[in-house]
Amino acid sequence: MNASQVLFLVFAALTLGSALMVVTTKKMIHAAFWLIATLFGVAALYALLNAGFIAMVQLVVYVGAIAILFIFAVMLTRKDLRDSAKSLNANWGWAALFSALMFGGFAILLRQWDGFGMKEAGALPATDMITKLGTALVTPTQYLLPFEVASVLLLAALIGAVYVAATNK
Amino acid sequence: MIPISWYLIVAAALFSIGLFGVLARKNAVAILLGIELMLNAVNINLVTFWRYNAPATVTGQVFAIIVFAVAAAEVAVGLALVISIYRNRKTVIADDLDMMKW
Amino acid sequence: MTFWTDPFNFLFAWLSGVFQGWGMNEVLATVLVWFVGILLLVTFAMVLDIFLVWVERKVVARFQDRLGPNRIGPFGIFQPFADIVKLLIKEDITPIGADVILFNLAPIFSMMSVLLLWAILPFAPKMYGVDLNVAMLYLVAAGSIGTLSVIMAGWSSNNKYALMGSFRTVAQMISYEVPMVAAILVVTLMAGTMGTVGIVEAQQPFVPFWVYSPLALLIFLISAIAELGRSPFDLNEAESEIVAGFHIEYTGMKFGLFYAGELLHSFTFGGFIALLFFGGYRFFGLENLSPIVGAIIFLAKAMFFYWVIMWVKYTVPRIRIDHMLAFNWKFLTPLAFILLMVTALVNRLLLGSAWLVPGLFVSNLILIWLTIEYLKSQARKTRAQEEASVQSVAAEA
Repeated sequence: MNASQVLFLVFAALTLGSALMVVTTKKMIHAAFWLIATLFGVAALYALLNAGFIAMVQLVVYVGAIAILFIFAVMLTRKDLRDSAKSLNANWGWAALFSALMFGGFAILLRQWDGFGMKEAGALPATDMITKLGTALVTPTQYLLPFEVASVLLLAALIGAVYVAATNK
Repeated sequence: MIPISWYLIVAAALFSIGLFGVLARKNAVAILLGIELMLNAVNINLVTFWRYNAPATVTGQVFAIIVFAVAAAEVAVGLALVISIYRNRKTVIADDLDMMKW
Repeated sequence: MTFWTDPFNFLFAWLSGVFQGWGMNEVLATVLVWFVGILLLVTFAMVLDIFLVWVERKVVARFQDRLGPNRIGPFGIFQPFADIVKLLIKEDITPIGADVILFNLAPIFSMMSVLLLWAILPFAPKMYGVDLNVAMLYLVAAGSIGTLSVIMAGWSSNNKYALMGSFRTVAQMISYEVPMVAAILVVTLMAGTMGTVGIVEAQQPFVPFWVYSPLALLIFLISAIAELGRSPFDLNEAESEIVAGFHIEYTGMKFGLFYAGELLHSFTFGGFIALLFFGGYRFFGLENLSPIVGAIIFLAKAMFFYWVIMWVKYTVPRIRIDHMLAFNWKFLTPLAFILLMVTALVNRLLLGSAWLVPGLFVSNLILIWLTIEYLKSQARKTRAQEEASVQSVAAEA
């Protein structure tokens, strides 16, 4: 057990523990804050995977924007979120069973995969990852089209969200 | 180094927890929270496969970035819908939103 | 390698040797030295913060034609310690109905979002916490933790004014992040890297980045002030409207953490203005003497831009909330994006030629001139409309 493995276990425990709190806690606003803890844990996992850029984007996009949107939405729809109300529906037992089966299925499928026993990650290339990523996103032969489609998608979502949520149409 | 299996198991567990949230929660906002957890689990997998299988290429990271964009768009539209529903029906409990049910 | 040429690594090697002399293995000693280093950096920031309280009070007093604290110690320099004692012995109140955990976490997160920034500040060529290659994204990410702390404080206080203040702050911080990121992108474009050390090294002694793009400096300064929530953007604690905003329910040292966090945040952003646009620790080759001289230069520059932020704060009155949002979305954000596009175009056309810097500078001046002309015509139009309506009312009367 070396240092990076200990770090991994700590952050994995943070991620999964707070994810469990997200789906079980009664107060919605607490669920939103636990989601932020989960997102931090996931960002730390990215950092352990040497994907610093993805980790930072995770913090900027998820914690800085998405989580805050969630907190706002929870506050704006707070009327019938009394803490005494049950937060799980009647079929939660079936849901738990199905999720557990799903996890078991994933585990069995993953075990059959040849690469599952991989112990070491390969060496990172010497070139700067961010430069490569940036070039790849604007090179027509690589990922220019998905990049542009994503930006159009974001614009459409922006306009759609404003139109749906605006009061005086 | 950390074995690849650890990451994959954590991602699978996170996905299952998110699935449980989607299936079992009453509140529509909580269901969206569950979807976010599932998207994060997918992203962990993408970045893990990039790191262990193809660190020389950028494919995994590009995929992860596109997932970020999709997640942001999904949350913006989803929460706008929830707020709009709340304004019209005064509830965000998924069970009570049964107008379409015959 | 001596203390004079490379202080951080010298101390690192020395302390690591001491720990290993006590019988620790190398990994443990290294981890321990890192922790000691982080602790020292944080302690330095916090001690500096104590004196920033004094600086702030002294400067505001001068702006308002007063003397400021002058009783305790020479020039009242020990006044902050009296303030600290006062804050410490105040009663620690938790309001009824407050969400206790979030209520207590919020001031810590507020301070944390500032201290995180100190990890990437390069004090000198070899004196920095870490040289991240995504440092500029890190800056934005740490800012989002600050936003989070405000919303935590506002929600958990169980107070209408606190919630309103935090809504205002979040609207403001998220809005002004957009022009700030665009201004940072302009700098990144010119430096060719997002790392702080790389950005400083890319600036020549006589042509730091403010010469390349004065408009980006202006946009960054405005959006940094908005991000800090200081006047004219201090809507989150507008006393005449919402009492004290998000920290209305905080007493004693918890309030002190918010207050100290704001001051240190301003100073840190002064440091970022220095490092993004004014060459950081570089000062006409003086930094080559020793990293220690470089650190002093950097802190002096940071203090100067902290003073500029204070100057703005105590000169300009607070603006209205709708004006704040309109100013950002209808003016600052489009301008920042146009600047980014112009910079990218000019940079591409003149890359490698000697005309790059003059070209960028002139394109910035043209953009500023066009903006001013446009604003003038808009103002004339608005004024003509207003006058016409006044005249029609007068004619009816």
